[in-house]
Amino acid sequence: MTLREVVERLGLRALTSDVAGDAEVTGGYTGDLLSDVMANGRPGNIWITMQTHQNILAVAKIKDLAGIVLVNSRRPDKETVWKADKENVTVLGTNESAFRLSGRLYRLLEDP
Amino acid sequence: MVSRHNLSHAFEIKGGDFGKAGCVSLEIKEILRDLGIDPAIVRRAAIAAYEAEMNVVMYAESGKVVLRLNPKVIRITLEDQGPGIHDIEMAMQEGYTTATDQMREMGFGAGMGLPNIKKNADRFELKSKVGKGTSYNIIIHLNPEGGT
Ligand SMILES: Nc1ncnc2c1ncn2[C@@H]1O[C@H](COP(=O)(O)OP(=O)(O)O)[C@@H](O)[C@H]1O
Ligand SMILES: [Mg+2]
Repeated sequence: MTLREVVERLGLRALTSDVAGDAEVTGGYTGDLLSDVMANGRPGNIWITMQTHQNILAVAKIKDLAGIVLVNSRRPDKETVWKADKENVTVLGTNESAFRLSGRLYRLLEDP
Repeated sequence: MVSRHNLSHAFEIKGGDFGKAGCVSLEIKEILRDLGIDPAIVRRAAIAAYEAEMNVVMYAESGKVVLRLNPKVIRITLEDQGPGIHDIEMAMQEGYTTATDQMREMGFGAGMGLPNIKKNADRFELKSKVGKGTSYNIIIHLNPEGGT
């Protein structure tokens, strides 16, 4: 399933000006420890987290993640938005908790 | 195609500079990707470089990274000026960290950095002089079947 479809089906908000909608979503990974995502995230995953600072962008780029979703209505730091736009990383937002969004994403990908 | 490459690039890292943290690893990733190296190998090199880079940002004053490529291997060496590591065996254990509370709040300090390097490298050597600095030697084979 493409990122565009996931964004639509889960009602995610774009926090950056561009969404790499054609990216193929291979799954998801939920966590707030950067090295954990480095170790256990997979290319094409959506990363669900509450970290909002700019260092999340390097993680997404190095791991070739499809995008990052900030949960619990968290706002990204100013530098995060600016840098994400510059470096073409898709950052999305939701009012839902990490638990709920992870569950919905899992269900969507298992049974589209 | 890859067999024709021989290159060497040097980069500087400043300790404590969280704004630029990750830049060197991303540059390394771009260089390797543009050479047409297998994306999975590029990713392993970038992950190892990132964890080494972050350790300089978090624990040292400054560091120098050199990326070298020959037809068989990617070699990433890093030397920093910093406090050094007094017990390398302990530092290598998953979960061991001396990160500050502030770093942990940002999601650093999982104590998985050195284990991540070990997992992604074909060879990883870590040397340190307490009070002087730490050096990392990371080797990744370009051809999985080939030797060093
Ligand atoms: N370049 C370095 N200089 C000084 N200490 C280091 C360096 N790299 C690693 N260490 C020490 O090794 C520990 C473990 O490192 P690592 O596995 O990357 O986990 P983390 O960075 O999450 O603490 C660090 O907490 C630190 O005490
Ligand atoms: Mg580390």
